[in-house]
Amino acid sequence: MLRIEREIRYEAERDRSFADEIKKMPGCELMDRCIQCGTCSGACPVSIFMDYTPRKVIELTRSGFKQDVLKSTTIWLCASCYACTVECPKQIGITDVMYALKQKAIEEKVYPPRFPIPVLAREFFKMVRAKGRIAETKLAILLFLKTQFLKIFGMQRLGIDLLRTGRFSPFSLIFPESMKDPAKLTRLIDRLDAKLNSRELEARLESGNPSRPCCPGGAK
Amino acid sequence: MKKYSYFPGCSLKGLGRAYEESFLAVCKALNIELKELEDWNCCGATAYMAIDEHHAVALATRDLALAEMNSTEDLLAPCAGCYLVLNKANKYLAKYPRIGGTVRQALAEEGLKYEGRIKVRHPLEVLLNDVGLEAIQQKIKSSLRGLKVAPYYGCQIVRPYAVFDDQYNPTSMDKLIEATGAKVVEFALKTKCCGGSLTGTLAKVGQEMCFNLLHEMKRRGAQVVATACPLCQFNLEVYQREIAARHKEDVRLPILYFTQLIGLALGLPKKALGLQRQIVAADRIPAECRAENPI
Repeated sequence: MLRIEREIRYEAERDRSFADEIKKMPGCELMDRCIQCGTCSGACPVSIFMDYTPRKVIELTRSGFKQDVLKSTTIWLCASCYACTVECPKQIGITDVMYALKQKAIEEKVYPPRFPIPVLAREFFKMVRAKGRIAETKLAILLFLKTQFLKIFGMQRLGIDLLRTGRFSPFSLIFPESMKDPAKLTRLIDRLDAKLNSRELEARLESGNPSRPCCPGGAK
Repeated sequence: MKKYSYFPGCSLKGLGRAYEESFLAVCKALNIELKELEDWNCCGATAYMAIDEHHAVALATRDLALAEMNSTEDLLAPCAGCYLVLNKANKYLAKYPRIGGTVRQALAEEGLKYEGRIKVRHPLEVLLNDVGLEAIQQKIKSSLRGLKVAPYYGCQIVRPYAVFDDQYNPTSMDKLIEATGAKVVEFALKTKCCGGSLTGTLAKVGQEMCFNLLHEMKRRGAQVVATACPLCQFNLEVYQREIAARHKEDVRLPILYFTQLIGLALGLPKKALGLQRQIVAADRIPAECRAENPI
């Protein structure tokens, strides 16, 4: 079947409030300075795998093409190497823009089901909230169970290597690396959530738009 | 005796424990006293920034507060990820009062206070500038002369906050390696990304990035690679078998921490440096030095 879709977007379809929202996030303030030179895309070691290069993502974001950027592979491929950020002649925090877009995409759950990168971010968030620290091997196993179950069978050799060299002990799956008193950190995160929730509520009441409930990453 | 606070981070207690073992052993040998933060928490790494910047800053600030409330010394963070995140938190607290205010309020309710005085530093800088090459050279017991080492810095030590080295062509690790007697292999990809957590999430992409690095290191004649980040070390070491099969190319290279190489040169026992934890064994290192250099 031939798929026929409109390839041109009408200006009215742009979501300007999205662009404004992202521009307020830390590191993203200077996005309007972008001269579309493409230095970021050239510096990026993963741009060859992306659907939109970083340069395009910046333009799409500041122009308000919300769905296009939030559904792009670009934001997930960014490995936080900061090459774009240090190369940008306009000092735009491009890595931070990617973080801001990841946050939005996770919040609105616009990624394919079982896509490993947002799942990893959320499992990471939950483990730190509960234990205060990350048990890497346990996190990796959890990630594989939740995203690409079958691939875990291809990992035996790596598992054996890690066991043999004492870098991983099965004991740590039951008693993972943890703070002495992880409740201290859980409490801190909950206190922070309470503050962010009440602040967001205030902001929403002020703007007359009491819609979105706040729960970072929907992780709880 | 030089004194510092020490933030190990999760990796140095887990898959990267050889980094902690060798770092502690080298510090002891060089008369550096470290005090590990009491009941520290995960710095948040890159994952927390993808969830929420307030949470990310709060996690790191709790650790900075622990450091500030218990001492006035600089805080050493050997893991590149922790080093970046703790520095980033310091920057955000100063630059974004709104985030800083909320985070500090939450910390205050937990009896913690951070005024922003802690300087976060990397062991590369401390060994180079505080201890000094001369002091290290004086303690060398078994020179690594003849060994060809590719120093791999990765991303997060030099970008975007490194104040102690050049972002494009860092040389701090080069100098430390040369102090052990080994020869530094020049290669242009020393700050190119290894893929970070992509090796675990999108394996093909991550391994492709590791291949580029390994290929170039080998092509330049490296016999061993020195790293300063637990994730770089892991990525470059454990996927060599898969990478070799995919690219039909021998990419076998022992991937060490720079602290392990310094430790070897200081004559410290292999076990104290965690060398038994190598998956790609580095057994041949001393022999290679002698073979290359019969003196």
